[in-house]
Amino acid sequence: MQLEIEDLHIGFPGPRGFAPAVRGVSFAMGAEKLGIVGESGSGKSLTARAILRLTPPNAVLRAKRLRFDDIDVLSASPRALGAIRGRRAGLILQDPKFALNPVMTAGEQVAEPLRLHKGLSRRAARAAAVEMLAQVRINDPAAVAHRYPHELSGGMGQRVMIAMMLAGDPELLIADEATSALDATVQAEILRLIEDLVSRRGMGLILISHDLPLVSHFCDRVLVMYAGRVVEAVPAAELRKSRHPYTQGLLLCPPSLMRPRARLPVLARQPDWAEVA
Amino acid sequence: MSDGAKPLAGARARLSWHEWLLDEEPSSRRQTVWGEFYRKCRRFAANRLAMGGLIAVLLLVVLSLLAPVLAPYDPHAQALASRLAPPSAAHWLGTDELGRDLLSRLLYGGRITLGMVVAVVVLVAPFGLLVGCVAGYLGGLTDRILMRLTDIFLAFPRLILALAFVAALKPGIGSAVIAIALTSWPPYARLARADTLTIRDADFIAAVRLAGASAGRIILRHIVPLALSSVIVRVSLDMAGIIITAAGLGFLGMGAQPPASEWGTMIATSRDYILEQWWVPAAPGIAIFVAAFAFNLLGDGLRDVLDPKAR
Amino acid sequence: MNGRRDAGRLRVLSTSAASISITLFGLILVTFLIGRVMPIDPVVAVAGDHAPPDVVARIRSELGLDRPLAVQFLIYLRHLAVGDLGRSVMTSHAVTADILQYFPPTFELATSAIILAVLVGVPAGVLAASRPGSRFDHLVRAVSLAGQSVPVFVLGLLFLLILYVKLGWLPGSGQVGITYEGVVPPITRMLVVDAALTGHWGAFWSALSHLVQPALVLALFSLAYITRMTRAFMFEALGSEYVITARAKGVPEWLVLWRHAFGNVSVGLVTVIALAYASLLEGAVLTETVFSWPGLGLYLTTSLLNADMNAVLGATMVIGCIYIGLNLLADFAYRLLDPRVR
Repeated sequence: MQLEIEDLHIGFPGPRGFAPAVRGVSFAMGAEKLGIVGESGSGKSLTARAILRLTPPNAVLRAKRLRFDDIDVLSASPRALGAIRGRRAGLILQDPKFALNPVMTAGEQVAEPLRLHKGLSRRAARAAAVEMLAQVRINDPAAVAHRYPHELSGGMGQRVMIAMMLAGDPELLIADEATSALDATVQAEILRLIEDLVSRRGMGLILISHDLPLVSHFCDRVLVMYAGRVVEAVPAAELRKSRHPYTQGLLLCPPSLMRPRARLPVLARQPDWAEVA
Repeated sequence: MSDGAKPLAGARARLSWHEWLLDEEPSSRRQTVWGEFYRKCRRFAANRLAMGGLIAVLLLVVLSLLAPVLAPYDPHAQALASRLAPPSAAHWLGTDELGRDLLSRLLYGGRITLGMVVAVVVLVAPFGLLVGCVAGYLGGLTDRILMRLTDIFLAFPRLILALAFVAALKPGIGSAVIAIALTSWPPYARLARADTLTIRDADFIAAVRLAGASAGRIILRHIVPLALSSVIVRVSLDMAGIIITAAGLGFLGMGAQPPASEWGTMIATSRDYILEQWWVPAAPGIAIFVAAFAFNLLGDGLRDVLDPKAR
Repeated sequence: MNGRRDAGRLRVLSTSAASISITLFGLILVTFLIGRVMPIDPVVAVAGDHAPPDVVARIRSELGLDRPLAVQFLIYLRHLAVGDLGRSVMTSHAVTADILQYFPPTFELATSAIILAVLVGVPAGVLAASRPGSRFDHLVRAVSLAGQSVPVFVLGLLFLLILYVKLGWLPGSGQVGITYEGVVPPITRMLVVDAALTGHWGAFWSALSHLVQPALVLALFSLAYITRMTRAFMFEALGSEYVITARAKGVPEWLVLWRHAFGNVSVGLVTVIALAYASLLEGAVLTETVFSWPGLGLYLTTSLLNADMNAVLGATMVIGCIYIGLNLLADFAYRLLDPRVR
C-alpha cells in the first residue's frame, strides 16, 4: 500500500467568496503509523476524508497528485471508489452515537461490508459479523449483534465501528478523532485495540487527533497541521526536538504536577505560521 | 479588523448606509439591530422566488385597494343582454351569467379575500401566541388544560369544523372569518408553546424573575417577542391556506353569499358553465391560485430568512 | 430487558389512551354545542313553520329540548353510546345508517388517492434531496408550492374541463355510468371492489374510469405535502454521520440513499402519510362535491345546504373520530417501527 498526496487544496464556496480550508498539503506513506495533529479547523479531518473522497458535497478538491497505489482518487469512477472505500481503506469516525445507523442492528451493519466486499450470503455474513465482533474483543458478540446502536455504550459502539471498517480487510485505517468522544479509560482501551489490530494485520494507520502526546505515543511519524498547512513533519521519537514554534507551544501547554506554574502558557500565534514555510 | 483600520469618528459620518449596516463591529445596539435586519432583507432579496412572491402580494394589495378606481364597471351591475360574453375590448375578461363584468368582480373580490385573511390573522395570531406562551411559561395544570383544548380543536380537519361552525352560525363572510379563526389558532399555540419551553429556563429569564418581574411582564416583554419570529413565518405560510379555505367555504355556499364577488362563491355560481363558457369559472380560479401562490412564495422565502432552524 | 420494554410501552399506550379519550370527549362536546347554538330551531324543522303551540311544546319535550343543557348532553351521550346519531331530515334514515352507506366510497377514493400520492411523492422527494440545488430539486420545490396553492375544487374543475369536456378521455361526474347504476350488489360498498368481486367487469371498468379523476385530484392535493416532507427528512438524513460511515464502508450510492438514509426517515414518513391521509378527508368534501361522488363529503355538504343538523353533526363527528384514529395510528406506527422508541 502506498498513499501519495501532493499539493492538496480543499475549499468551500461561501457568501464572502471562496474559503480555503486545506492549502497545499503533501505527504506520502506506506504501511506505517502516521499521526496528524492540529487544532480544530486546521484541515486535518478534511485531508483524511479527501483520501476516500468523503468531503462534503460542496467542497472543491484540487491536487497535483492524490493516489492510492495506482488509483487516482480525484478522477476515480464511483466503481473505483467503491473498490477503495471499505475494501482497501477504512474510516473510523469520532462519535459512534452519530456514526452508526440508528435503525440497523450492530450485526447488520458489520455484515453489510462483508456481503459487499466478500460476496458472502446473508447467513454467512451474519456469522462472519459475529466473528468480527469477537475480534474487536466484544464479550458475547452474538448478543451484541442483535442490539441497536442506542443500546450500546460509547466504547462498545466504537468497537462495532472498528469491526465494520475491518470487515473488508483494508490495508489502511484512518481514525478521525476516534477516541475523543469516549471516557478517558475507554479511550486507552480503544487505542490499544486499534494499535494491536493494525500491527497484527500489517496495515497502515492514520491517527488524527488534537492530542499531541497521545499521537506521538502511538505513531511512527507525526504531521503537525496549522491553518490548512503541514507546518512540521517529524518522527514521533524526535518530537521533543521539534523546531516549529507552534509545535513547541502545543508541547508546552499541558499542565504538570511536578512543575506547577502560576499561569498556564498561552500560544502567542504569529501570522507568518499560516504563510508558506 | 485591527484597531488601526477602524475609521475615526469623523470619517464614520461619511460611511455609506450600506457600510454602516454591514459593519462587523457595530458600536451601538441600534446598529446591531438594524444591521441584522438589513442582512435579513438582503438575504430575502437574493431569493428571486420570494421576491416575486412579495411583489405579487404587494400588487394584489394595491389592486384591491384601488378596485373602485380601477374597475371599469360596477361589480354588481347586471346586463342580461350581454351575459356570458367572451373576453373582449369592452370586457377584458368577459362577463358572467348575469352579464356582470368579470374583471371588476375579480378586483372587488380581492378586497373580500384579503379582508378575510387580515381579519383571521388579527384574531388568530395574538390569541394563539398568548395561549402558547402562557401555557409554556406557567406549565403544570394550566399547560395541561390549554394544550388539551388545542388538541380538541386540532382533532377536526380545519374545513370540516369550519363548515359545522358556519352552519350553526349562519352562512356569511363574518361567520366564515370566525369559523376559520376558531379552527386556525391551535397550531400557533403549539408553536409558541414550543418556543417558550426553550426560552423559559434561560438565564436571562431567571435574571428578570430575580429582579422581581411578574409572570405577566415576563411573558409579554420577554417571551412573546422571542416567540414572534416563528409565528410570523407561520402566519405568512398560513395566509395561502386561509385564502384557500375561505374560497372553499364560498364554493360550498357557506362563505360569502351571492351576489358578493368572493372568488370561491363566483366559481360556485358559474361552475355549470364550464362546458361552454369555461372562462367564467376559470377567471376566479386563476385569481385564487395566483393569490395563494404569491403568499406561499413569500412565506417560503421568509422561513428561509427568519427560521433559525432552517438556516 | 424485554419485560421492562413492554412495561414502558404499556405505560405510554395507557397515557395516550387517556389523552385520546379526553380529546374524543372534547370532540363530542364541541359538536354537541355547535348543534345547540344553531339558529334553526330543530322543533320547527320537524313540525314545520305553522305548527300550533301545543304541538311545538309536545315535540320540544319529546326531543328533550326543554331540559337543562347538561341533561341534554347526557342524553346525547347515551344515544351516542348505542350508535344513535339521530335521524336525518333529508334522507329520513338514521344518520348512522347513512354514514355506513356513504363512508365506503370516500374510503375507496381517499385510499386510491393516497396510494398514488405516495408512489409519486416519496421517490420525487428522495431524488430531490439527493441532488440539492439541482434543476430537478428546484422543479420539485416549485411544483409542490404551486400544488399547495391550487384549491382542490379548482383543480377538480380543471380536470373536468380538460379530461372530460375537451379531450373526452374520462367520464364526468358520478361513481359509475348510468347503465351500470344499481347493477352491482353491495358487499363492501366500494364499487370498484364490489364489481371485481362479483365479476361485473363492464361495471368494473366504468367505475374505475369514474374513480380516476377524483382520485388524481385528491392525490395532487396531498402530493405537495408528502413530497416536501420527504425531501426535508431525506436532506437531513443525508447530512448525517452514519451516511458518511456507510459511504466509507463502500456501500454503493443507491444503497446509501435507500437503505441507510431512507431507512432512517421511513418511520417519520409513516406519520406524514397518516397525517396526509387524514387531511384527504378535508379535500374529499370538496372533491366529492365537484365530481358528485356519493361519499361522506357530499353527504355532509348536501346536509349543510338543507340545514339537516343531525346529519351535519354526525358526519362531522365521524370525520373527527377518523382523524383522531389516524393520528393515533401514526403515533403507534412510530413506536412500533422505530427501534429507538421501541
